[in-house]
Amino acid sequence: MTPALSTRAPRMAAKARRIWALIRKEGRQVVRDPSSFAIGVVLPLMLILLFGYAMSLDVEHVPIALVIDEPSAQASDVAAGFELSPYFTPHRVASMPQAQALMLAEKVDGIVRLPADFARRAAQGDANVQILVYAVDANRARIIEVYAEAAIAQSAARQAAEGHDDAAGGSAVVESQLWFNSANDSRYYLVPGLIVLIITLIGAFMTSMVVAREWERGTFEALFVTPVRSDEILIGKVTPYFVLGMGGVLLCMVSARFLFNVPIQGSILTLTGVSMLYLLVSVATGLLISSSLKSQFLASQVTLVATFLPALMLSGFIYDLRSVPLAVRLISYVVPARYFVSLLQTLFLAGDVWSVILPNAAFLAVVAVVLLALARLATRKSLG
Amino acid sequence: MWDAVRRVVALIRKELLAVLKDGRTRYMLMLQPVLQCLIFGYAATLDVSNVPYAAFDRDRSEASSALLAKLDGSGAFHRIVNLTEVAQMKRLIDTQQVLLVVQIPPDFQRKLSQGEDAVVQVIADGRNSSTAGTALGYVGSAVDSFNADWRSDHGLAPPPVQLSPRAWYNPNLDTRWNLIPALIGTITMMSTLMLAALSVAREREEGTFDQLLVAPYSPTEIMVGKAIPAMLIGVVQATNALLVAQFWFHIPFAGSFVTLYIGLILFLLAAVGIGLFVSSIAATMQQGMLFAFVIMMPFSLLSGLTTPINSMPPVIQDFTLINPLRYAIDLSHKVYLEGAGLDRLWPDLWPMAIIAAATLSAAAWMFRYRIE
Repeated sequence: MTPALSTRAPRMAAKARRIWALIRKEGRQVVRDPSSFAIGVVLPLMLILLFGYAMSLDVEHVPIALVIDEPSAQASDVAAGFELSPYFTPHRVASMPQAQALMLAEKVDGIVRLPADFARRAAQGDANVQILVYAVDANRARIIEVYAEAAIAQSAARQAAEGHDDAAGGSAVVESQLWFNSANDSRYYLVPGLIVLIITLIGAFMTSMVVAREWERGTFEALFVTPVRSDEILIGKVTPYFVLGMGGVLLCMVSARFLFNVPIQGSILTLTGVSMLYLLVSVATGLLISSSLKSQFLASQVTLVATFLPALMLSGFIYDLRSVPLAVRLISYVVPARYFVSLLQTLFLAGDVWSVILPNAAFLAVVAVVLLALARLATRKSLG
Repeated sequence: MWDAVRRVVALIRKELLAVLKDGRTRYMLMLQPVLQCLIFGYAATLDVSNVPYAAFDRDRSEASSALLAKLDGSGAFHRIVNLTEVAQMKRLIDTQQVLLVVQIPPDFQRKLSQGEDAVVQVIADGRNSSTAGTALGYVGSAVDSFNADWRSDHGLAPPPVQLSPRAWYNPNLDTRWNLIPALIGTITMMSTLMLAALSVAREREEGTFDQLLVAPYSPTEIMVGKAIPAMLIGVVQATNALLVAQFWFHIPFAGSFVTLYIGLILFLLAAVGIGLFVSSIAATMQQGMLFAFVIMMPFSLLSGLTTPINSMPPVIQDFTLINPLRYAIDLSHKVYLEGAGLDRLWPDLWPMAIIAAATLSAAAWMFRYRIE
């Protein structure tokens, strides 16, 4: 046995012991502090329930006012079209002013009006139907418009078919398939997407605040004079939050699968692996921000703007990146959350598509290594 | 009385100095609303525009090219590839290169000419089902428009019914018009709530709370002195967001600024009340900040900012009644887009006043309770 080896082994053991002691100390602190319980357990649960039960981007049973100025067979047919549609809950209203009052009071989201000469002009082939939508929520308004058009077009087609049989001629019909989400349920992407929010919150937000607090109070410098090395302190600080973050991921996976019946098509192992990668990226970001700013309030605000907001807005979690302007799409390429969301959506809904998984995971790994190195540099530099 | 005012003014000055003495924090507080407005304004669209699709035209006829031209011309789609075999379809969708594949069968034109219905098959990537749904809606409109053209070109009767849609308060259906005014309240709530939550916790952590207690201040004066600085910063942030809305995004302001600011001040009172209450229970700054965040999360998700309140389950809708942000967003929409006056805003104003009164008195009670 060479002397070098004989001294290295006990040194490694001492290092491991020191790190373990730090982890235990930090872990106890995390467990005892009610605020880490709030953010590690209460917040993930709350997000899961809110996204799973309260928030829905699916448009259905939209209340609308239906104004029929003069009853006729054709008008009743259009009305029946709206009543049968799962997207609308029509309310018959006697006059236009009444309907407008309902819309101003936000009791209905739209008005469909069949004018007095509807039946006569429908026979001539130039009837006009007015659709008014309350468009303050533009997205909802557009979907309502599209569905209303479809409901009216269908009843028009029915009338045409009954009226002139073969003379009506053929038309192109759309037959659509929704791959990976045949249930057309917005929970299918909202609940898996939550994992990105929870990891960002615990990994980046929590870590940056905890570490900034140590700097603010000067306890970091105090630790530096002990035999503990700076990277050991960082590992000790961060490990409990890493565990907390993985707990959040597990919570999301279990509730997605069993509470909301979201399928997990890919392998759990890959899912766990890429989640760890993204958690590492988040933790490293939090460390870097806090070690460079050294102020709790500032670190928390910067972390929110630099990690949480992009994870919510620029990751493709809710808002599809294929529709945003080019400049925003270019910015989104430097947002790590974007790669993770792509991984999540694919692993949950499509399966182990390696041509998606490998490049995205590789990117996350590179970012994690770079950020961790930078965070270490920032910590060391501040010592001098 | 005059003495009390002087004392409170001194406390406000001290409080503003404590927050704003750090130049980086000053920049952060001023820039944050602008950054958030820009990120949200450009990224938060649920509409589809220019999304990539693939066409698999197995007919290669006049009719099929006319249909694809309709899709290309809709502005919603942009064709990146013409497929030649079925096998390519799966790979393109799996790797998220295209959102849609439109497949036109070989007998498309023949069937139409014979007066039969012809099927256009559309496959959409449902990993984000709402984008996919919106995109399918656009395909439907493009096909309707193709049908109308086809019929008029071939001497058939046009579809008997035309539609004239009109959108109130947002004629071009621009998502930004909805979002940016709503952000005025959301952004300011975030900061004022956090600042208020930190204000007392900071004194506790730095050990200056005891000094404050022995100073000649009544608990109410301390509260006022802590509330006003956070509100002042909130008003400045709201103004920044408003400036971005008007001068960057050019969203026309239909109402009166006085009305908007009256509503905002009432809202900020409610937000500060919640923040001070959090502050009175938090032992450290970290706790204050995290509690504030945990409260802020459901408030912002259940405010109508991202998803409409009336499509939430009834229990949750009842919960939103205690959410001041819900009223603030409704109020800023009504003033900003609809030009509503105070008379129409009453249903938003009184709940915020009640929330402010309740949280502020709860916070005051907690202070007194903790002091004694």
